[in-house]
Amino acid sequence: MHPLLITLLTIGGVLGGTLGACSYLIYIERKLAAFIQDRVGPNRVGPFGLLQPIADGLKFLLKEDVIPAHVDKFLFILSPAISVFTTLLAFSVVPFGAASKDGIFPWIIAPQVDLGIVFIFAVSSLAVYGVILGGWASNNKYSALGSLRASAQVISYEIPLGMSVLGIALLGGTLNLEEVIKVQATGLAGWNFWYQPLACLIFFIAALAESNRLPFDLSECEQELIGGYHTEYGALKFALFFLAEYTHVITISFLTVILYFGGWHFPWFATAASNYAGAEFVKFGVLLFKVLSVIILIMFIRWTIPRFRFDQLMGLAWKVLIPLATANVVLTMVVREFDLNRWWLTVGSFVLFLTAGFLAIDPLGRSRATKRRRPAAAVPVAGGHHAH
Amino acid sequence: MPIDSKDVTWVEEPEMGFWESSFLPAIVDGLKTTLKHVIKYEPTTQQYPEEKPELPQNYRGVHRLNRDEKGRVKCVACFLCATACPARCIYITAAPAPKTEEWVDRDKYPAKFDIDELRCIGCGMCEEACPVDAIEMTSLYDLTGMSRAEMLFDREKLLSVYDKTINSGKDPARTTRGRLGPASTMVTPEVIAGSSDEKRVPVQAVPEPGSGGH
Ligand code: SF4
Ligand code: SF4
Repeated sequence: MHPLLITLLTIGGVLGGTLGACSYLIYIERKLAAFIQDRVGPNRVGPFGLLQPIADGLKFLLKEDVIPAHVDKFLFILSPAISVFTTLLAFSVVPFGAASKDGIFPWIIAPQVDLGIVFIFAVSSLAVYGVILGGWASNNKYSALGSLRASAQVISYEIPLGMSVLGIALLGGTLNLEEVIKVQATGLAGWNFWYQPLACLIFFIAALAESNRLPFDLSECEQELIGGYHTEYGALKFALFFLAEYTHVITISFLTVILYFGGWHFPWFATAASNYAGAEFVKFGVLLFKVLSVIILIMFIRWTIPRFRFDQLMGLAWKVLIPLATANVVLTMVVREFDLNRWWLTVGSFVLFLTAGFLAIDPLGRSRATKRRRPAAAVPVAGGHHAH
Repeated sequence: MPIDSKDVTWVEEPEMGFWESSFLPAIVDGLKTTLKHVIKYEPTTQQYPEEKPELPQNYRGVHRLNRDEKGRVKCVACFLCATACPARCIYITAAPAPKTEEWVDRDKYPAKFDIDELRCIGCGMCEEACPVDAIEMTSLYDLTGMSRAEMLFDREKLLSVYDKTINSGKDPARTTRGRLGPASTMVTPEVIAGSSDEKRVPVQAVPEPGSGGH
């Protein structure tokens, strides 16, 4: 078949796949949230509410598409499009199976992009423009606050995100996602997770923050910002923002699996050597299974952990994640330079983690009494006014 | 006056230990809790249209206007409820009772009695205020309507709510108090003869404090 045709087919498949997956992920998330909160969840449309995503989609389609009078119309319409476009674009270099040139189906839209990881980061950080423009164009203080937060947050977390992946690039000597998997596909002990556990943690946290999901959804918090940047959006445009968020979750789950958990590799039945009939599909299945596990974990985290305060969020990025990620890169460099055993990386990661933990306990050894005690005279007002 | 400094107790936020500052154990703990709920799944939700809620007797749902033992509207148009209503949603037009045999023991009755159920905040002040327990709130909670006009309950509608709920077992008339007072007794003593155990309230007197409750 003509390669262009195949590519188009793949694009169609991926688009349909991710969009469908998104709507059903929302269903899964709602059910999971309901289970966690001892509720029932959607159960009215179809058996077990299985048709709920379709009903929701229809509702979004058929709703009146309000564009408030006070918004900047062009940017207002553009920003959800940017959000969806960039998150979907990032997916083009993500292999969703054992990508190979000689198979019938490539399992990736753009094969052999040597800058794969960089491309993903570059494109998906563009997604913040959707948020910023959306908030700005809404001409609404809550939205503007939300988008300001989003920009600060995404820019801060970009750094640990990139830093944590550097270690993998150093280990495997490649930024190409297909190659990254191949490097790991040597056995269970080949997975990067064993050598970069700290980086994996940092990557995961930073990626969560990038996707603006709880516990990092500072830009759209219901309580203080009434939805933040999408306060003014409704109908399909809101759905697009929603879609972008979920696509982002899918992408970061794929990335986590591909970068740290061996992608499609699983010992015994999905290795680089396995070429029985249908092996490709098994690998696809393995990858999907891993990705789904990560997504479920992300959902669990969302319904478990309360939101960070904004200064805590920034503190986490600048005081904890960035130094740790940098130290991890240095550690990896040292191990590579002196050709040490790779398992030193594991040891080193744990040492780094412990060090960070002990530093956090009491950085300057200040005693408890002198630390935050305020003079009692500084309380002139009776009553509860000093409560916060 | 400022608080005396010796009365002020400063509470410091507790120092974080190693594991606490790494957050991980807390996160794992939280995940365990949520996971436990998923595994031992016991929804506490009520599937509403299929399962009806069990409401307590003092639930404050739709109003009703009670009937007296002759089937007339019990309300004496005293305006106490309309005065007490914080939402100002009770509109009463009082009129002298018709000069017929049926109304011979009554001076005054509500020619019109409207409650705007949309404005009502369900506070129950009206039933607290009523000296003859004519207005009561029922356990009907699923109050709906297609228009605003429909939600403006007039006297007949409120009486029909009484007819509907009085024998449902859920909304018994809450007190037997509030038969008409001695002023009407003088006209037809036999009317209240059946309630000689009742404390008779002189017409001029306000109900004693606290007697409005149930
Ligand atoms: S319940 Fe409260 S608001 Fe409603 S009619 Fe009675 S007094 Fe007014
Ligand atoms: S307080 Fe009772 S008797 Fe007086 S007007 Fe209201 S319902 Fe009628």
